[in-house]
Amino acid sequence: MPDYSWPAPEKRRVIGRRTNRIDGFVKASGRAKYAYDIKRPGMLYGALVVCPYAHARIRSIDTSAAEKMKGVVAVHVFDGSAPGTEVMWAGYEIAAVVAETEELARDAARAVKVDYEVLPHFVNEADLSKAGARAKPAGEKITGDPDQAFKQADVVSEGVYGCPVICHLTWEAHGQVIEWKGDQIEYWPTTQAVFNIGNELAKALGVPPANVHVMQEHMGIGYGSKFSPDRWGIACAKLAKQTGRPVKLFLPRDVEQQIAGNRPSHYARIRLAAKKDGTIIGWDSQSWSTGGMTGGGAPPIPYVYTNIPNIRINHTAVQVNAAPQRAWRAPNHPQASYLTCCAIDDLAHALGMDPLEVFKKNADYTARPEVYRSQLDKAAELIGWKKLWHPRGDKTPGSIKRGLGIGVATWGGAGHLSNCRCNIHPDGMVEVEIASQDLGTGTRTVIAMVAAETLGLPVGAIRVKIGDNRYPSSGSSGGSTTVGGVSASTLKATMNALEKLFERVAPKLGAKPEELEAVNGQIRVKADPKRAMAWKAACKLLGSEKISEMGQNDPKNPMGLTTGGVGGVQMADVSVDTETGIIRMNRLVVVQDCGLIINPKTAESQCYGAAHLSICAALYEERIMDDITGRMLNPDVEFYKVAGNPDIGEIIVHLDIRPEHDKRGVIGLGEPPVIPGIAAIANAVTNAIGVRVPFVPMTPDKVLAALERRSA
Amino acid sequence: MQAFAYASPTSIQEAVALLSDRWGVADVLAGGTDLLSLLKDYIHTPQRVVNIKNIKELGGIRKTAAGLRIGATVTLAELLASSEVRAEYPSLIQAAQGVKSPQIRNMGTVGGDLCQRPRCWYFRQGFGLLAMKDGRSLVREGDNRYHAIFGNQGPACFVSASSFGPPLVALNARVKLVGPKGERELPVEKFFVIPQSESEREIALRPDEILTEILVPPATNVRNATYEVRQRETLDWPLVTASVALTMKGTAVASARIVLGHVAPIPWRATEAEKLLAGKGLTAAVIQKVAEAATTGATPLSKNAYKVQLVRVAVRRALEAARPKA
Repeated sequence: MPDYSWPAPEKRRVIGRRTNRIDGFVKASGRAKYAYDIKRPGMLYGALVVCPYAHARIRSIDTSAAEKMKGVVAVHVFDGSAPGTEVMWAGYEIAAVVAETEELARDAARAVKVDYEVLPHFVNEADLSKAGARAKPAGEKITGDPDQAFKQADVVSEGVYGCPVICHLTWEAHGQVIEWKGDQIEYWPTTQAVFNIGNELAKALGVPPANVHVMQEHMGIGYGSKFSPDRWGIACAKLAKQTGRPVKLFLPRDVEQQIAGNRPSHYARIRLAAKKDGTIIGWDSQSWSTGGMTGGGAPPIPYVYTNIPNIRINHTAVQVNAAPQRAWRAPNHPQASYLTCCAIDDLAHALGMDPLEVFKKNADYTARPEVYRSQLDKAAELIGWKKLWHPRGDKTPGSIKRGLGIGVATWGGAGHLSNCRCNIHPDGMVEVEIASQDLGTGTRTVIAMVAAETLGLPVGAIRVKIGDNRYPSSGSSGGSTTVGGVSASTLKATMNALEKLFERVAPKLGAKPEELEAVNGQIRVKADPKRAMAWKAACKLLGSEKISEMGQNDPKNPMGLTTGGVGGVQMADVSVDTETGIIRMNRLVVVQDCGLIINPKTAESQCYGAAHLSICAALYEERIMDDITGRMLNPDVEFYKVAGNPDIGEIIVHLDIRPEHDKRGVIGLGEPPVIPGIAAIANAVTNAIGVRVPFVPMTPDKVLAALERRSA
Repeated sequence: MQAFAYASPTSIQEAVALLSDRWGVADVLAGGTDLLSLLKDYIHTPQRVVNIKNIKELGGIRKTAAGLRIGATVTLAELLASSEVRAEYPSLIQAAQGVKSPQIRNMGTVGGDLCQRPRCWYFRQGFGLLAMKDGRSLVREGDNRYHAIFGNQGPACFVSASSFGPPLVALNARVKLVGPKGERELPVEKFFVIPQSESEREIALRPDEILTEILVPPATNVRNATYEVRQRETLDWPLVTASVALTMKGTAVASARIVLGHVAPIPWRATEAEKLLAGKGLTAAVIQKVAEAATTGATPLSKNAYKVQLVRVAVRRALEAARPKA
């Protein structure tokens, strides 16, 4: 068995080099085909009928008018939407119509008559006092003796903080194309789970999993909302079967915003007790949140500073009439980071201390004190904390006030179960096959880089085959587990395949297989590199038989190739126009440790993308629910605001690459950098204007209200 | 969207003949940046769509002794590129620059900007222009953060979305409207109206008329500017805008027109502020008082009082931008 380990840093030729995405050209040129681009002969188009009420009982559904319309082929009432059903949120799927064109399908969907008994609803949880019976306290959890801690404290600080529900807003819509060929199903979804989604669809339809062929060459973002076939996928499959024709069914943006996933809100009143030297001795929080009718789970607070000795936490889950939450890039962590870091920042103010000192002083409460201290120092250096930080309230004359703030993060990120097959063909071609997916993160490129490193070939010589469930199974992309999984399985599969090739080549070079190495497109003798054979010539020795070898990453025994547990620190630099309440990002510094970095370029890209999302959530993004109609008022990208390029400012990424981190192996980076930004920006705004804007997004109305309270 | 007949006439007369004397039967298509979403969302379900982009005389910007004539189908990009507009009408340029999407600037037209429908989220979700449900005003009782703080005593609480409405009212511009009975002219100020019932529109255009051109008086002695308060630098609706047109006498303001955008169902003239400014120099103290006077009569709803402060800022910054450079 080969020695499965990452090459030593000084021996790496490909890993660790900034490498362009191998699918960059097809994506940038528009040639990459996504599920929405699939057009099958005879394909029908679907449209959904959804419930316009936040809470209602279906009295009757009349599809006859729609069925009679010219061009309409079938109308399907969803399982779980029969008359008598109590619908708990607006946007709930009632029926789907398929027609010859998308326009006809939409017209016909409007012709489906659904009679509802409208029932009372509750959709806004920010004011807990209005939640009544919808509020479900989860009970108190106590560590140590918080009462005693607060009594002994030199300083006690208190604040209320909150972030609302936000949506996933995946740029690629949710949906799929499905075609039956006899009892075989061809399935083009947009998914984070190429392997598992086929099994799920099969289960829902009662067909053998082997009958479902999943194909997804490219996909455009999931953020945690695209694991399941969903009700619309199952309906699409049923309509395709019923009509005997391929069916394309995608959610329009407004429906997607309502039902295809959201991130739960988190609000909290937090008190902190500290000694006058800045040491935190007690935490007391009352939090509440919603993720729809299930309520919302408790945020993991205190966050990162988990070992504060005396803690009292109370959480209340609030049920609202809205579709259920889904995993949202680092579930609950951005909110927990925001709540915790704002509370620590407020404590520093109450202590009259620099928050950087308070974050550092209490780092012993974290799982990795030295990592956080050094990252806080690095971020401070990059943002110019010493020079630019000032106590709360920028005293510079004029209406523009500038401030700095801090946020911290932690995450897992160890590789998932992944199987890889490496084929070496007699003509020299190398294929790497994994039923994985590239969410836009650079997975495809990372796989090619690992294979190229092992086989001594250029990255462009590797044909990466992913996005098809007929390839060896691999985990879903959740929890930042993909890069660890696929890099380890690819390393093993390519090493196993290379070992087979060495066995063929060794006699020709008069050496033993274990004396060979693959470097620069050659197989050569390590001790005598002049004894070499070109890659193609070596592969020719295979005759007509290809080499086909497997490799697996087993999460229970990752063999040091991948591990979990990372820390990150971000610092924001903002300017606030105190006359308009408008906040502009100057800079966001991202310091992130992440183990062994395979491709620094795509790793940095992850940080850029994550920083962008933090800016959106801190300044712009919120699901606005209407108390009267129970509907989402901004299921669009017009008033559901996100940051555009000019709103982002400068993002400075520092990957905390050090030998001791490199030794830990590969760790996922999809989620960690999205965590600390909101906290950093919120604290920077507070530092600028001298008063906390209690809830994000920090829109002009909220900023002006906070300023008014300050002057009152 | 509902299927419709499509017509693409080449003359104004032909186009007018294709319209109807009732709203809802035919829609005029110019840039389509608003109409397409109205159609796709079933807010408008016309039987006919009349494309006017092939009518040559609706295009072009021309300077005459009477001022500037801007054709209704002139795009925002064309307006921005016009040296005539740049020379005399910075308030129009600044308003066009506020539309931060090259695609919309390339497609959207000046006439379309004036005729676009409000962005009220209740209206756009199909609750009607006045957004009444079971006798209740959804805007008043619901989420009105982006709604009117002036002119909202009646049932209409939306805000006019027009970018050019405020500067054109400030510049005392007129629009030419052509219908089956011939043409008529209206001051832009009278073109915008506050509807009192669901059957009315927010503009004085009749359903069988086409807005053909905009006539802007000369502004050689009129200092003018627009300031928009927008949360984002990317494409985003302004929260409040102010356009000012100051007829100067030496360094003093002989007369002023100050018009607010995104605060009322129409471009809103701040008449108290205008009166206060007449005859005065643009000192910091005067500007401050005028900005305060612009908020006179504001009646904010439950969630939009912040706009009152934004009015102060927008007016002050517009006046500062219009002030002759020392």
